[in-house]
Parts: sequence; structure tokens; C-alpha cells
Amino acid sequence: MESDQIRNRGVNVTDHDLTFRSLSEVLQNNITPYIALLEAKDCPGIKNLMQKLMGQLMNCYVDVDSLEDEDYVQVSQNRIRCSMTSLTNWYETVTKKTDSETPSKKRTSSSRDWQSPPVVVIFKDMESFTTKVLQDFIVISSQHIRELPLVLIFGIATSPMIIHSLLPHSVSSLLCIELFQSLSCKEHLSTIIDKLLLTAQFPFKLGEKVLQVLINIFLYHDLSVQNFIKGFQLCIVEHFYSQPLSVLCCQPVDAKKRVNSLSHDQCENIRKLPSFRRYVESQVSEKQIALLTADNFLKEITQKLLEDLRVYHENYVSVLRCLHVFTSSLPKYPLGKQIRELHCACLENRVWETEEYESSLQLARMLNKSDLVTMLQQCVEIFVSSSGNEFDKTVEKLKEFLTQFQKLEAEAFQERDVSVSSQKELQKKTDLYHLQKTLLELKESRRSKKLTKFEMLRFEVVDYIDSLVRNYLVPADHKTLHEIAYFNTASVLRGHLNAAPRIALHTALNNPYCYLKNQALKSDGGRISNKAPDICIVYKLHLECGRLINLVDWLEAFSTVVMAVEGPNADAASSDQVDDIIHARFIRAVSELELLGFIKPSKRKTDHVARLTWGGC
Amino acid sequence: SQPEGKGSGALEVKFVPDEEVLKHIADGAGIKVRKDKTQLTVSVKRFVKKLENISDDEAQEILEEKNYVAALGICAQDPVGNGSSVSGGEVYSFQTPKRSSKMAELAAELAQTPGQSVAPDHSECPEKTAKTPQSSNMFLLLMHVFSLQLQSKKKEYVATTPYRLRKRLAAPDPYLESESEYSASCSEEEDEEDQKEVSTVLSGRKTPAKTKALSTPPPRNTLAKKIKEDKMSNLVEEYFEAHSSSKVLTSDRTLQKLRKRRLNQQTLHDILKKAPLAYAAEIKELNQQHESLFSKWMLQLHLGFNIVLYGLGSKRDLLEKFRTSVLQDSVHLVVNGYFPSITVRSILNSITEEVLDHIGTFRSPLDQLEFIIKRFKEDSSLELYVLIHNLDSQMLRGERSQQILAQLSSLPSIYLIASIDHINAPLMWDQAKLSLYNWLWYETTTFSPYVEETSYENSLLVQQSGSLALSSLTHVLRSLTLNARGIFRLLAQYQLENKDNPSYPGLSFQDFYQQCREAFLVNSDLTLRAQLTEFRDHKLIRTKRGADGVEYLLIPVDDSTLTDFLEKEDEDV
Repeated sequence: MESDQIRNRGVNVTDHDLTFRSLSEVLQNNITPYIALLEAKDCPGIKNLMQKLMGQLMNCYVDVDSLEDEDYVQVSQNRIRCSMTSLTNWYETVTKKTDSETPSKKRTSSSRDWQSPPVVVIFKDMESFTTKVLQDFIVISSQHIRELPLVLIFGIATSPMIIHSLLPHSVSSLLCIELFQSLSCKEHLSTIIDKLLLTAQFPFKLGEKVLQVLINIFLYHDLSVQNFIKGFQLCIVEHFYSQPLSVLCCQPVDAKKRVNSLSHDQCENIRKLPSFRRYVESQVSEKQIALLTADNFLKEITQKLLEDLRVYHENYVSVLRCLHVFTSSLPKYPLGKQIRELHCACLENRVWETEEYESSLQLARMLNKSDLVTMLQQCVEIFVSSSGNEFDKTVEKLKEFLTQFQKLEAEAFQERDVSVSSQKELQKKTDLYHLQKTLLELKESRRSKKLTKFEMLRFEVVDYIDSLVRNYLVPADHKTLHEIAYFNTASVLRGHLNAAPRIALHTALNNPYCYLKNQALKSDGGRISNKAPDICIVYKLHLECGRLINLVDWLEAFSTVVMAVEGPNADAASSDQVDDIIHARFIRAVSELELLGFIKPSKRKTDHVARLTWGGC
Repeated sequence: SQPEGKGSGALEVKFVPDEEVLKHIADGAGIKVRKDKTQLTVSVKRFVKKLENISDDEAQEILEEKNYVAALGICAQDPVGNGSSVSGGEVYSFQTPKRSSKMAELAAELAQTPGQSVAPDHSECPEKTAKTPQSSNMFLLLMHVFSLQLQSKKKEYVATTPYRLRKRLAAPDPYLESESEYSASCSEEEDEEDQKEVSTVLSGRKTPAKTKALSTPPPRNTLAKKIKEDKMSNLVEEYFEAHSSSKVLTSDRTLQKLRKRRLNQQTLHDILKKAPLAYAAEIKELNQQHESLFSKWMLQLHLGFNIVLYGLGSKRDLLEKFRTSVLQDSVHLVVNGYFPSITVRSILNSITEEVLDHIGTFRSPLDQLEFIIKRFKEDSSLELYVLIHNLDSQMLRGERSQQILAQLSSLPSIYLIASIDHINAPLMWDQAKLSLYNWLWYETTTFSPYVEETSYENSLLVQQSGSLALSSLTHVLRSLTLNARGIFRLLAQYQLENKDNPSYPGLSFQDFYQQCREAFLVNSDLTLRAQLTEFRDHKLIRTKRGADGVEYLLIPVDDSTLTDFLEKEDEDV
């Protein structure tokens, strides 16, 4: 029997290459040197499949010890007849040879674990293979399984049921199937955000808008973690390229040195930062003057502010995680399920001023005790493990809450006894009048709502968390000097990663003033000036046409417009020449439109072109 | 407010698009006038309401779209201040029915924009409705129904030019006896200011004045909903209207009837060279903006990104400048993608032969690619800049070519910088290719004319010079025997004789054989066949099987070239 694995991959294609490559690497290092990776587009028939398979297997063998065995290399793989027999023969010789050799010579010692290392064949995209090819391959190879231990790995993008619809029962029964599910790409993203962004380890940070753009590209466009990383890399490049003060965006040790060696111009740059100006304005006047004139004083303050910023990060991350512990278990997730959503919300503006925060506090005030206790325990863990040293008190406080909860539990036992006894009392008295009276009393007491101790404590806990949030989760752009560490130009990022070429063309053609800042081109609303570049005019005219455009009419309309512009100063004598020029300009504009894909020549009617687009572009 | 045909049997408004209805302001209402007088006020009211709220509604829609766009995190404006304000709905939409006269109207309108002292050459009466006093409204509505009817009728049997059409419409007509008042009012009002207003009729800005006279609008939210529905159904109807008939109504004029001679490539080039480039200063400024990015491009190329440039205007000069200013001392390869015979193979060949100094051939481009990848991986000191003008050109846009180029560009030591122009260019790439390319997009709108890029474009009828085809014809024929030339001549002459027959299928083989025999050019049907095979190999003729199974022969060259060719042959002989 062949053993087969199935990996379930989901939709994103771009990352799969990487996944499979690392999978085959892991396999190569730990299990077997004989690995082949097959793609559907290379294998339209069983012959191609075998060719490809043998090519990869034998190549890999040659790579392993090509030094020792020169004559083996000479047997080029396309000479060998591609059949299962030759494959098994090859396998026999290979395994025999490795057995006879001293084990130390082998690169992968762990492959000793197997009596003879299996041959692993990975089918990257099982759905795209022709069923015939797959079936044939499985049937053929199952007959050779004794000589050739084969492990097949299928990559499946849809559901594992597909294997039964692709392969008939007679074939699938030859397989011994085991199912593995790879992590969803969203989890990968969470890991990356966790490791890269929600840590105080790296000085570089993403601003709210930028992060939002990256996440949205991920969620709405490609679900590709690779692209997310690419975007992140681009952010780093852009930040260090465009922000002159990014020299200070480094580890705290270096930052001190660099601050001290700042030139006067760089100091001026600091003074120009909006956040720093806000800071200056909030100071007393003498200090303001000092900050604005004395470089040395400025450097001192800058160091202090940078340190503040660093501390802020450390605290921010811990408190954010703590808040996330609370909000992630609330019904309907008012502040989002993922920590990245919470992070974005906190970066955007003061989170405690938002409605969502308000409602999540409301909900948190209704949590039951066991949940609350586990959450508190989690928070304690977070704070204990955090690098910030401000949280000793917080940890103490949280622990105190925990002990109080334990006390409450003990008290609750007693209370229950009391209430049970009162219940009994109620049952004793069957008098209607008294019953009514007691019920009224009960109702009264409920209305005035004397809070139980537990409720009081719960309020206290929530208020405490609230105070932590207000203290530590201030949005980054309220912090002085945040420009140094935060990259916030989302428009640049979007322009480079998620460009809209058609919209750019549309704008250029409809409103050339956007690009050519000439007053003559300025026009109101959606209209276009008749002095616009030729291509714009020709384009505008063609928008008024149906599927086919008569070139003569088009030319005439074009010359009407152009003549109107030049009309008065063109004298009659040179009109013929002018005509030629207009004709030539028209031809140029039309062929440019053809190049851009708006029209194409049509054979349906003489001297007509066909329109290829509808709408504004 | 859609054209309604059922109420009035005589009325057939088949090809009248919605815009026109809006333009002739109260057409729909007008039809209703005839149907039922009591309905008049209602329908007019509704119509006006609609007009008034169009701007509101649009604004709201734009707002909604903005919200969505903001949700995508792309609400921030670009520093250059372009593009981002345009919503997708404006750019991508359905085909809508069009009138043939629309283009000329727009041209006239554009020609008359303020600041230009050009006397209007024809009156735009219908559009004047909006300006005429309210009292005469009802009459005018009726008028438009007639004129509409007329227009559509005429369109059915004569496809006239817009100008002629308009003249006819303006001419007195038995239906419009009492027209004097109407035409007077509109011709008198024909001053400059009025002309300006013509175009704004559509925008609904004028309607408030009317609303006052007619009605007060009902609550807003219900209205908005209704209008949205209206709009939706309009869209649907427009769509089906536009696709209902395969007949295309355009005028029959051809370039040949124009007294102007055709320009060939060379004269075209010369003329354009003489003509001054508009907005040169602004274009230069744009280019300078782009040039300031060169060092950034270099940095990003070296960091493993590849760069793609898009936007209106030729990016060739920009890339050339990049090459000359930054890449002088490094190995680089320039690919003119717009060149009609460029292939991936030739790109790969120039890499293997000129960059890697490899002599030898490869079985397939894939082998070649593998070889290149191996070499570049082995030798980390190898670096290559590849500049591709028009990566989206006809020859390179195929799936296989793009795959190879993408794989090439994914090598860490190959730096690719390319330009695209076609509006659908991004469709070439799927996710896998995109991730191989690892693009950074740069908008570089230059507005410079595509001089080089379009110089090979001889497919368009306008400037087809035929000089290339002509020279190849003469060249090939010169190497043939006298008899063979005679055979070809016969065919050419026959084709020219039939040039006015649009359904000319070609010369059938049997007829051709007969003629050749009569001219003593061949002695058997076999020799003729051998000769034809030779022609076919040189792409001089094309054979086509007719419906009756007969083989027809055609020369795939246009008539004027063929005439030129025959004249030249006559001179030689």
C-alpha cells in the first residue's frame, strides 16, 4: 500500500510555493533525499509526468554525491526510457549503493531511520491534474510498491472530498489516505503581526492608516502573507528614505549616541516636527525659548522624549494584550475579535472615547465570575512577562482582585445558606396577605438594587482596566516625536502596491488639469476645455459614439474643435497646410488611443473603428 | 421618463437614448400630455423632482462609494492630487445607446466654449427648451415629441451625417405649422451666454426655478429610494436597448471620398515634427517630477522590487533618461516591447549571448530560462538591469511570455523596470505572476506623444501607407519568373476590377486557370497549383473556401497599394 498525505491549502496561491518548498526542504533534511515536486502545468500526460518525476529524482541523486560517481552523471535523464521499471531499477541501485557505503558519508543520517528511504512525490495542485494522469500514475505505481516505497503528497485547495470525485473507488482504495490541514493564512498573518508589530523589540512602527492599508490589501485582495511582508518591507524602505529623522529610529543604545551627534540642520528638522511643536507650545516660555534656540538643550530633551516613547511602546503592548483578553471574549466582539483590530482602533484615536469601547465596558461589567477570574489570571501573566517595569503595582493590584474573588467564593457559600433558609421561611407561610407582603418587599429590595459584593468587585475590576487603558493606550500620534518611529504615509504605500492604472488614465484623459497645471486647461465640472491635448479631445469625442466610430465623422468633429481654437489666427492661404497638420494630429491621437486599448480597427464597415470600452474609461 | 411607445401607436422612439430624453427636457411628460391631460401635472412633477434630485442622489452615491473606499483604507489623497477621487463606477460602466449625431454636437459645443469668438454654425434649438418661459412649456413638449419622432424615422432609412440631419429637422415641416413662435424664441436667444448654458442643461442645475413653479418635493428619503430604483431600471433598460440590435448606425462616409490624400508614415512624422507640442512647459515639469525619483527607483530595484510605470503618455523618454543618467556603468538590456517582431526568445537570446557570452542554442525558451537562472545563481557578481518599454505589447502579453519574464524578474540580481500602457494590461498577471514580479507601481503620467510606440502600428486604416507591403510585393515578384509575374498580375487586375463589389469573394481557382491558359501562362492545372503554392509561401495570396466548396484566391493587400503596384509594374515593363 502506498501511504498518501493530503494537505488542505485554502485559496491563496502565492504563498503555496513557499510552503511546499519549505516542506520539501524539511523532508529532505529529515526523511529522504528523494523528493519530486510536480505541478499540473508540467504534466499534461502520464509520459510527461514520468519524465518530470525521473528528471527530478535522478537529478537530486546526482546532486547528493556527484563527486564520487562521474559516470552516473553522464547518463542524462532524457536518454533513459521513462518507465516504472527503470525507476525501480534506479531506486535499487541507489539504495544498494548507499547501503554499501559507510553511513558517515551520507548527508542525511536520519534517513537511516527508514530501512530504505521512501520516494516522496508532491503533487502541488491536485485539482488541476487531469484525472486520467493521476489514476494511471497511482495504478501503475501501486504495482511496484514492493520495490519502490512511494509516498504521495497531494495539495488540495478545496475540500478533501475532491479526492473521491477525482479518483474512482478502485483507485482511491489503493491509497492509504491521511489528512493534514495547513494553517489558514489569517493565522499566519496574526503570527506576523504579533511578532513584528506588537513587540517593543523593533524601533520601527506602522501608523494606523498604513497598517489598515496593508491589512485591507491582505483581506480584500490576495490573502497573501508574502505580499503583506512585501508591503511591510516597502514601509521600512519608504520610512528610512523619506524621513530624515529616521536616523533616530534605532535601538535605544544607538539612539543616545546619534542624538548627541545631531547636526544643527537635523535639530532644525526636529523643531519642525508637528508633534514637537505641540510639545513646545505646552511648555513654559523660558523652556520654549531654550528648546527653539539651544541645540544642546534640545538634544537632551530629545533623548528624554525618545526614552519616553520607548517606554510608551512597552507599556502599550502589554496593556493592549490585556485589553484584548477582555474584549476578545465579549459577545459580538464590539472591539474586534483579533488583536490587530484592537490595535488599529487604539492607534486611530483615543479608544476610550469610542462607542464600541463604551459598549464593551458595559458588556464586561456583566461577565461571570469564572470568566473574570481566568481573564485576570491571563492579564497577570501578560504583565509579569512584559519587559516594562512599571507594572509591578498593576500585578499586585490584579492579584489582590484575585484573592478578593476567592474570598467572595467562601462568603458566597454562607450567603447561599442564608438565602435558602429565607426561602424556607417563605414556603412555611401560606397566608396570602403575608405572601404578598414579602413579595413586595423582595421587589422593593431588588429595585433599590443593593449591589452584591461580587458586583462591586466586578465594577472595580472593570474600572481598573479602564484606567489602565486611559493611561497607556494613548494613540501614538499624540506622542511627541512619534514621526521618528511611525511610518504613516499610507497614500504612498497604496500607490505603489495597489495602484489603479485605469483610474490614472481616466483622470489624465478627462481632466488633464490634474497633471498639466495650465490655467487654460482648468475647466468646470466634468467638462473639458477645447484647448486640452489632442488625445483628450479625441477621447472625449469617441465617448459619444456607439460600437462603431466613423473615422471621417470623428476627424471632422476633431477639426471643428481644433479649428475653433486656432481659427482666428489661421489665414486662408495656409489653410491647406493647417488641414494637414490637423489630420496628422488626429491620426496620432487615434493611434495612441488604439495603443491604449480604447479602440481597434474594424472590418465591419470601411473606415470604421470599434470601441472597446464603455463608461468613462 | 423612459420613451414610451405603447400609449401612442404612431410613436416609435427606438434609438433615442436616455440622455437625449433628459436633454429635451420634458419629452416623457409630453407623451403623457397626449395620453391624458390630467396626468400632466403629475408626470411633470415627477420628472422635475427627478431632475432636481439627480445631483443629490449622485452625491449620495458618491458618498457611499467613498465610504466603501475609505473602508478599504484608500481614502487618503495622493500628494499629486490625482486619481483617487474618481470612483470605480465612473470608470467602468455598461454600454449605453448612443446617437450618431452626438459626437458632432459635442464637437460644436467644445468649439464654442467661452473665450472663443466663433459664430455658431447651426442652432441648437431643442436644447433651448430649458430657457423658454414656462407658459409655453406644454406646447414645446409636444413639439419635441414630433421632432423626436421625425428624427427616429429618418434614422431608420437614411444614415445621414449629423449636419444634414439637423438641417432637415430645422426645415419647416407640415407637422409643425405653428413653429414660428418657437423657432423665433430660440433664434433670438442665441447669444453667447446661451451657448454656454447649453451644456449644463443636463446637470439639472436649472431645475430649481422650475420646481418653484410646479410643485414642492415630497419627503426626501422616500424620494431618494424611488430615484434609486428609477435609476436602476434605467440602467437595465439602457443596457438591453444598447444590446438589442446588432445594427450600428453610423454615417457611410469614407476617407476615400475625402479630397485629402492619405498620409504615409514618413510625411506624417514630418508634419508632426513641425507642429509644436502643446503644453511643453508643463510636460517638462511633469517629467522633472518623475526624474527626481530615479535614485529611489535604484534603491528599490536593489532591494528586490521591480518597478512598473503606468499612466498616460509615452514613458520611453523617461526610461531612456533613467538609463543614460543612472545605468551608464552597469550592464543593462533595453527591450523595445512595442517592436512588432519582438519575442521572449529574442530577449532570452540577447541575455545568453550578450550578457552571459554563451554560444549555443537551446531546445526551448524554458531550457534557456533555466540556464540563465542557474548562471545568475552561481555567480552572484552578475547583475543585469532590464528595461522593457511596453511590457503589455502585442507580442509580449501572452501567458507564456509573461511567465518567463516574471520568472526572470524574480531573480535577485536581475532588476526589471518596465512600462505599461494598455488599459487592460494588469489583467495579464495572476497572483502567481504578480508575486514573481514583485511590482512597485509608479504613476508616471507624462502626456508625451507615443511617437516610437505608434510608429509600427500600421494596422489602423488611417495612416496605412502600404509602402512596406508594396516594397515586399515588388521585391518578391522580381525574383520570380516572367510567367509567375504574369499570373500574379492577372489576379491583381481581376481583384481591382471587382474592388467596388463589397461581397467579392475572390477569384475561383477554375476561372483563374481558364484565364491563365488563355494568356498562355500555364499549360496545366498542376503548374498553376505549384505557382500558387509559391505565392502562398510568400504570403502574396490567400485562399479561402467559399460556401459551395470552391477555392477562392485573394491578394491580402488593400486596393490602393495594389493599384500602385500595377502602375509600377507597367513602368518596369
